[in-house]
Amino acid sequence: MTIFVDIGSLDDIPAQGARVVRTAQGCVAVFRTADDRVFALEDRCPHKGGPLSEGIVHGTFVTCPLHNWVFDMNTGQAQGADEGRVRTFAAKVQGGRILIDATLLRRSAAA
Amino acid sequence: MKKKLVVIGAGMASGRMLEQLFDAAPDAWDVTLFNAEPRGNYNRLMLSPVLSGEKTYDQIVTHDDTWYATHCVDCRFGEPVVRIDRKNRLVYSNSGGAPYDALVIATGSAPFIIPVPGKDLPGVVTYRDLEDTQAMIDTAGKDAVVIGGGLLGLEAAAGMAARGARVTVIHLMGHLMERQLDPAAGYLLQRDLEKRGITVHCKGATKAILGTDRAEAVLLEDGTVYPADLVCMAVGIRPEVRLANDAHLEVERGIVVDDALRTSDPHVFALGECVEHRGQVFGLVAPLYDQAKVLAKTLLGEAAIFAPVQTATKLKVTGCDLFSAGDFADAPGREDIVFRDPGRGIYKRLVLEGDRIVGVVMYGDTADGAWFYGLMKDGTDISDMRDTLIFGPAFQGGAAPDPMAAVAALPPEAEICGCNGVSKGTILDAVAGGACTLDAVRACTKASASCGTCSGLVQQVMAVALGGEVQDTPVGMCKCTNHSHEDVRRLIRAMGLKSIPAVMQELGWKTVGGCHSCRPALNFYLLAEYPLEYRDDRQSRFVNERNHANIQKDGTYSVVPRMWGGVTTPAELRAIADAAEKYGVPMVKVTGGQRIDLLGVRKEDLPHMWADLNAAGMVSGAAYSKGLRTVKTCVGKEFCRVGTQDSTGLGIKLEKLMWGSWTPHKLKLGVSGCPRNCAEATCKDIGVVCVDSGYNIVIGGAAGMEVRETVPLALTPSEDEAIQIILAVTQLYRENARYLDRIWKWMGKVGLGWIKAQVVDDMENRRTLVERFEISQSVYRRDPWADLSTPSETPKWAPLADLTLEAAE
Ligand SMILES: Cc1cc2nc3c(=O)[nH]c(=O)nc-3n(C[C@H](O)[C@H](O)[C@H](O)COP(=O)(O)OP(=O)(O)OC[C@H]3O[C@@H](n4cnc5c(N)ncnc54)[C@H](O)[C@@H]3O)c2cc1C
Ligand code: SF4
Ligand code: SF4
Ligand code: FES
Repeated sequence: MTIFVDIGSLDDIPAQGARVVRTAQGCVAVFRTADDRVFALEDRCPHKGGPLSEGIVHGTFVTCPLHNWVFDMNTGQAQGADEGRVRTFAAKVQGGRILIDATLLRRSAAA
Repeated sequence: MKKKLVVIGAGMASGRMLEQLFDAAPDAWDVTLFNAEPRGNYNRLMLSPVLSGEKTYDQIVTHDDTWYATHCVDCRFGEPVVRIDRKNRLVYSNSGGAPYDALVIATGSAPFIIPVPGKDLPGVVTYRDLEDTQAMIDTAGKDAVVIGGGLLGLEAAAGMAARGARVTVIHLMGHLMERQLDPAAGYLLQRDLEKRGITVHCKGATKAILGTDRAEAVLLEDGTVYPADLVCMAVGIRPEVRLANDAHLEVERGIVVDDALRTSDPHVFALGECVEHRGQVFGLVAPLYDQAKVLAKTLLGEAAIFAPVQTATKLKVTGCDLFSAGDFADAPGREDIVFRDPGRGIYKRLVLEGDRIVGVVMYGDTADGAWFYGLMKDGTDISDMRDTLIFGPAFQGGAAPDPMAAVAALPPEAEICGCNGVSKGTILDAVAGGACTLDAVRACTKASASCGTCSGLVQQVMAVALGGEVQDTPVGMCKCTNHSHEDVRRLIRAMGLKSIPAVMQELGWKTVGGCHSCRPALNFYLLAEYPLEYRDDRQSRFVNERNHANIQKDGTYSVVPRMWGGVTTPAELRAIADAAEKYGVPMVKVTGGQRIDLLGVRKEDLPHMWADLNAAGMVSGAAYSKGLRTVKTCVGKEFCRVGTQDSTGLGIKLEKLMWGSWTPHKLKLGVSGCPRNCAEATCKDIGVVCVDSGYNIVIGGAAGMEVRETVPLALTPSEDEAIQIILAVTQLYRENARYLDRIWKWMGKVGLGWIKAQVVDDMENRRTLVERFEISQSVYRRDPWADLSTPSETPKWAPLADLTLEAAE
């Protein structure tokens, strides 16, 4: 079972936008879609390390701000001809609060 | 002798009635008009725009002194009537009386005051007249509480917020406007109001208004206290029937009138919100205007019958689009059709009874309101279009969003070819006249004969007329749509689409939220088309424009303050140096655009650095924007021995006029003081090369991946005219070019000749282009850095949470 930790209110993230959360395992981008769903992805593009949190959010996709790779936030998979995958983490909204996977508190992912 | 008509109340209803009466028979009656307010008739509905500052009182006066004088009305303003003596046919005020042959009571309504302690304190107002409005205008910078979250209360709240008050709305029910909206829509509305800084407290029952000499706070049953320098009660209205009661006329909820608007006394009539007609009372003006017509006839001895029609309401809060009409109560046999898009803040609900619409509520996108209202009023049988009804008129006749439907629904006067001003109707006429190929239509109408970018749309119009397939349409702007950039732009204009969701919905976007290539383009097209109505959507912008700084490969940013015309001062340089040190900027570099770049700034430091630079009088240099970048200048004749004109001065003037403007792609200007061209003006998007005889304006240069020399646009002896031409060509470019086309590319499509004709030869056109540029600049000539470094915005630049700290604990 996933244990969740509260990181803030849904209102803290603009719709179709993202905010960054610093974790023991690096920066995580937490996205909010137009219909108020949230996704948590590693904030590093597999191409050249672009900050995905600064990308344009469309539907459940995000476009990397540096060279326009597009990722499906459900899976972290790069779309189209580009190959690569970003790590995703469990995230959900409950009573207007955003909860993400508590293992991000730990220093290593394997634990 | 003329018969005497006395009217009590100079409001919306009686004003309209007197107009009708004087129009039909100017000399039939001698009129005496009493009004409790110390003024004549004005448009009460427009108090909300007066409150918010969008209108002045003078603009909403409907009848002025001259009008009353022309019609010999005896005006007794500021003189409330206190008694009616029916036996002797006299009315009394505290300072006199007046005899009547016929009496009209038009006293409107009295706002309902909830009976709580403190309700009589100074500082407690209602929302009914100009005095109330003025009291609310005076709350700027203070705390205000509005009790009641219905139409009136929300207009009061939004108006005060627009004036700079801190406003709280207390509403008894679970959500706002519960009579018109369901909880989800009420929530959307609440969210929009909260975005304006208004606090909304639902399920709040007022217990008392606190204060010693005047209102200071509002206490709720649950113990919450809101500070309040002013309390506005907007919890409902009651017909103002006191006079009629005292005179023993028949009164139920309102003064009872028959179909001719006569009361139980044949010499006494009544109209407006104070009446009750067949069990119904009124709260909106449309039926009152019908009453006015009927009563004018009755008073002239003509037969007339009042039959109320259904009316629609709109919330008059700029930016909150809400439309509601008809009846929403749950009843057996009633069904709802709901369309909801919470993310886009759109909500539409139709209430059906059998095959007819009996109620309509729309929030966020009310464009189709009038159409639904028409179907409802006419009792149209909607069973045929039931499945697609909620999508509005554009989609009728097809289940799925069909791009052709949008074209088919365009009115004949919609412009299809912008270059040659050819309308849809003209093309249809040509087709009817036998032109059935694009070439033939082009030959006889000139549609698509110039830049050719509207060919696709012209073909679609032809296909609609010929009932055939569209052939070889140009490729869509991206994978989300088949429409080309140019067509989308034309349809935005022709169909009046004012938001990204509206465009996506009406033009049948194939994706949920567009993509990174269409969203920034749509955002630009909309803000260029509707500068006053459309709100820039930051989430549809590339990172640099969203964050007002240039992102670097390591995720840090570069910050470039504006240096007008490349001129700076020791104080500015000192502030830049201080900022560089304070935020540990790794590199300070001079740019090619004659200013200074601070590279390697961390995102969370941006607002702080901006605030420091703002404090030294500097604004964003927009070094990141598809908009005005720099105006590069040389020193010109002020210092240079061969300079012919004040090139630095002209450059500064241009930059001060144009900064902040958004354009299809970046826009760089240069002004050189002589043909030696030290400012390299001939490779800029727009350049000026000064000569002895004046100013050579050149356009279409580039010095990037493409290198191009400018071509001459105009030569003028006057600096002022040079400025006008430059603003006009910029606006023409904003209105016509495809997103991400630099001027040279756009010029290649439309032709230099066409541009010249628009901005050099056609002076009237030049003037209106400049006017539209100015309108847009009234919104965009402001510093985004200042807007985004306020105490409420600054925290948003930092990470949302830092879990590394928690892990350490
Ligand atoms: C802020 C605001 C916004 C509104 N917006 C809308 C809207 O968007 N759409 C809509 O359809 N409706 C709107 N309404 C409602 C609309 O204004 C009323 O329906 C309309 O004004 C009623 O007209 P009336 O002539 O019956 O009364 P009023 O216009 O109220 O006129 C009555 C007049 O009688 C005077 N009076 C009362 N008693 C006496 C007395 N004893 N002696 C002498 N004079 C007296 C009053 O001072 C007043 O001037 C709004 C109302 C307000 C207050
Ligand atoms: S462009 Fe001409 S006026 Fe300007 S600095 Fe150079 S030489 Fe002097
Ligand atoms: S020239 Fe190329 S490398 Fe240099 S700043 Fe411009 S884009 Fe970057
Ligand atoms: S770094 Fe993300 S696309 Fe290049």
